Amino acid sequence: MMSKPQNIKHASDLVEKQTITLNIGPTHPATHGVFQNVVEIDGERIVSGDSTIGYIHRAFEKIAEHRPFYQVTPLTDRLNYCSSPINNMGWHMTVEKLLGIIVPKRAQYLRVIIMELARISDHIVCNSVIGVDTGALTGFTYVFQWREKIYEIFEEICGARLTTNIGRVGGLERDFNDIAFKKLESFLKDFPKGWKEFENLLVRNRIFMDRTRTVPVTAEFALQYGFTGPNLRATGVDYDVRVMSPYSSYEDFDFKIPVGTKGDTYDRFMVRNQEIWESLKIIRQALDKLPDGPYHADAPQFYLPPKQEVYNNMEALIYHFKIVMGEIDAPKGEVYHSVEGANGELGFYLISDGGRAAYRLHFRRPCFIYYQAFTEMVKGCLLSDAIVAMSSMNIIAGELDA
Amino acid sequence: MSAIVDYKNVIERIGEKFGAKVHSPEDPFGMLTLKTDKDSIIPLLQFLRDDVEMQFIFLTDICAVHYPDRAEKFEVVYHIHSFLNNLRVRIKVPLSSDPKIPTAVDVFKCANWMERETYDFYGVIFEGHPNLKRILNVDEMSIFPMRKEYPLEDNTRSDKDDKMFGRINVNREN
Repeated sequence: MMSKPQNIKHASDLVEKQTITLNIGPTHPATHGVFQNVVEIDGERIVSGDSTIGYIHRAFEKIAEHRPFYQVTPLTDRLNYCSSPINNMGWHMTVEKLLGIIVPKRAQYLRVIIMELARISDHIVCNSVIGVDTGALTGFTYVFQWREKIYEIFEEICGARLTTNIGRVGGLERDFNDIAFKKLESFLKDFPKGWKEFENLLVRNRIFMDRTRTVPVTAEFALQYGFTGPNLRATGVDYDVRVMSPYSSYEDFDFKIPVGTKGDTYDRFMVRNQEIWESLKIIRQALDKLPDGPYHADAPQFYLPPKQEVYNNMEALIYHFKIVMGEIDAPKGEVYHSVEGANGELGFYLISDGGRAAYRLHFRRPCFIYYQAFTEMVKGCLLSDAIVAMSSMNIIAGELDA
Repeated sequence: MSAIVDYKNVIERIGEKFGAKVHSPEDPFGMLTLKTDKDSIIPLLQFLRDDVEMQFIFLTDICAVHYPDRAEKFEVVYHIHSFLNNLRVRIKVPLSSDPKIPTAVDVFKCANWMERETYDFYGVIFEGHPNLKRILNVDEMSIFPMRKEYPLEDNTRSDKDDKMFGRINVNREN
């Protein structure tokens, strides 16, 4: 795929180099985040490239070694901030695995609903931005109202929108209220129509297809470079954590794993589109089968009691004090737990030495691992295709840099 | 498709090939954990990847842990995954206080940045790595910040005035 020489007549004794060095980023509208690519281009084709990351490194792993478990949740918000609830719940499930807390069925189903909503909102952002980078701003401006609707549901559940800090170790901080259910129902009713409109705009659009059927990736390449999530599935590997090692009752739901064939930008786009439909199916099933019961586990040593209880109940006051003052130690042990994040396998490797905080916490951030393949992927491709490929990989700077 | 091998088979096969070099199998929270030394880690990863029935073709994660109180102060931890059998294995390599270990880039390409990150935060030297330099921290940094001897708050900073919050700035007069 190495480029043909351009039709420029160079003098035979030319000492200047024939390629141009181009900086994409760190703050460039096409990177959608703070990271830098320095590429060598020959005409329009990329000869080589180098990525520089770390511009927004915030030392989360170091901070996590000094904070009790419930204070790590807001840090996970800021990893993949397009789908914070998945990160929050992945972290809660990791701690629950360590502590041996079994979360009641209702809380598990509510978690599934929240996580799938987050997945939809993440895919809305990613897919509409692929449209923006190919020159179709219209779709983006229209589908963002659906993300807004999802955020309104989050707001109803936990009070926050983007960095949600949703749920607690042991379940959720409160049950869904009636307004949340009403908003959820109206979202499930109206969103399919809106998303269909977006698909009609791009899926069989000649210009869009010409722009996106580029930068293909083979399954071998993807596995070697640690791809996960939609990017891996676009190459035809049906690996999904929700199915391979189900957590939070995913085994109760009937859904498909969409896969692509070529692993190009178009396949990545289509896999995400299809996953949105599957997520809607999961939410529908979870709502229909939603069991009654408590929305959190009975684990008073780790689950912060409701404020009302703290003021009126001696036991709750004691546990509240003990949790907040960090007097309750976690058991010794080490645990790896992963969830299917919106852009890949999000893993938490937690080592506890029996103290109040983690001895070591490592985040397996999916886009940190697969982003290193980017410069290798785009070698020989057109510069404009590389930009679209980058946004189709769903790189989130917050997750990249931790 | 049902699994061909389970943890018991994996331990047996590794035992046949590596003998006592791979030792102390444990099973915390359902994940097989093995220990080995730095000379056996690359052959072990390669063996697990290339065995037709095991196929641990996916490197999930590499990270390091610092244990200042132990004789072997560092530990590099590998998580690998076999999609065929849906098995995960964790391999630990204890290292001395001058941590050096061969690189896994030739076995799994994605080890490249994971090892750079590990080097960046713990100073573990991955011998033979094509581009071992800092990745998230600035290049000028002289320390390896995730080691336990470095506190969370940097005592050399003078731009923070925290005396109202009960924290003492050791580098400031008065």
